Amino acid sequence: MAEGCETGREGVGPAGMSAPEAMAWFLREVLPLEAILMQYLRHNWRDKSDIEDLLHDVYVRVYEAALKQIPEKTKPFVFTTARNLLISRVRSQQIVPIEAVADLDALGMAIDTPGPDRNLIARDELRRLSDAIDRLPPHCRDVVIMRRIQDLSRGEIAARLGLTEGTVSVYLTEGMYALADLLHSADPRSKP
Amino acid sequence: MSASAMHTKEIKACAAAWLERQDRSDWSANDQAELEAWLAASNANLIAYWRVHDAWKRAERLVAVQPAVVPRAPPRRKIWPLLTGIAATLIAVAALGLGARTLVSKPQERTFATPVGGREIVSFADGSRIELNTNTVLRTRMTTEERIVWLDKGEAYFQVKHDDAHPFIVIAGGDRVTDLGTKFFMRRDSGELEVALLEGRVRFGEADARPQAQTTLLAPGDVATASSNAMFVTQQPVKSLANKLSWRRGVLVFDRTPLADAAKEFNRYNRQKLVIADPAAASITIDGTFPTNNVEAFTDVAQHILRLHVEYRGNSILISR
Repeated sequence: MAEGCETGREGVGPAGMSAPEAMAWFLREVLPLEAILMQYLRHNWRDKSDIEDLLHDVYVRVYEAALKQIPEKTKPFVFTTARNLLISRVRSQQIVPIEAVADLDALGMAIDTPGPDRNLIARDELRRLSDAIDRLPPHCRDVVIMRRIQDLSRGEIAARLGLTEGTVSVYLTEGMYALADLLHSADPRSKP
Repeated sequence: MSASAMHTKEIKACAAAWLERQDRSDWSANDQAELEAWLAASNANLIAYWRVHDAWKRAERLVAVQPAVVPRAPPRRKIWPLLTGIAATLIAVAALGLGARTLVSKPQERTFATPVGGREIVSFADGSRIELNTNTVLRTRMTTEERIVWLDKGEAYFQVKHDDAHPFIVIAGGDRVTDLGTKFFMRRDSGELEVALLEGRVRFGEADARPQAQTTLLAPGDVATASSNAMFVTQQPVKSLANKLSWRRGVLVFDRTPLADAAKEFNRYNRQKLVIADPAAASITIDGTFPTNNVEAFTDVAQHILRLHVEYRGNSILISR
């Protein structure tokens, strides 16, 4: 009952890989690349208001490819997909942005270097999480802290903040959306 | 923005709305079926959902950092006297650990208190909010005529909605802060009061209202320190003040901090007290971010990185060379 969210469009991808397996791979391997992927898209695309959309489109393409076969090397595969997407967008828009799609090699494909060690990641995770929470808009920040960290119910939060439960839900939804953007785009595993 | 870009935002907003819905207590099998239909409708939906889900799930790790400040199912006060002996003690301790919120007899006067390691956010109808740090007691009188807060002990962060007609006043012992539209924090610690201003302006001075009472106007970055007989103001970059507020995120940030000072900070948040037993160790400086309630992370660093000797003795942890 997420209001206003329509159901029903395209079908599901072919099943070579089980969908949960492909999604687990996606969350584990692809999502941590968000920051560097955004950087790549920003660098190569003029209209910054498209970046969020391009990013999501890359994700869908990568995930659908993984349903057929999980790529051997995630990073090069993700960036090749991004480049191909940019090229096809350029073609369909019949415009040629300067510099578009140039920089894949420069970005590096130092892409194969191993990420920082897992322990470091674990240690930094806490700081990254709290930074992300800190950067939420204040009205969302309070409800997110109360719900996620203090485990208060919507009713309790509403009472404390003098809001209706409906408003708490709206702020919470907003907070969830923003937190995902802040957290994924701050993942150090995706630094070049 | 292109239509496609608008569409992505919509999908992401829907995914967040689903997650929010799912997080409610009345989530039903019917809802689950609806969600599954929405997820099956397109891979764009599916990815948006799992992406926001992943972030939300990760944020749960902060629960470990955050001591249980707030009662989940608050024990009913009136049943306490019925319980005897150990059970009563345990429940009383648990309740303390959960951050008691006491209503005081005077109308419109409320008391907020946090235990050692606790933290609490209080919001007011006027849009102002106060965050209480560990071991803090604060009283408020918020009426249509006046807005007064007494910081009886501890530390709090204030975010004040300014109102010319109703100044927001914080009284800490013999000192008084009058807000002029502002974010600031105050810390009362063994006879000393520290007031630091992040945004806006405040007037700081003696609490009594005599015309000759000394007051000074603080600007962002100003840190005023007052004891019973002296007061001085220093300027600090607002950014470095932010480190002093890291407790709002449940962490302590040390930046070339002497071990003795770091231990003192930790001790504010924990019942198990760190004691730096020799001066050579006390002056070693450390960097890093630690959850306020994770003394072990600190002793780990002392033991394995600084190669110091760590000894547990009752409620104390002795650290020495």
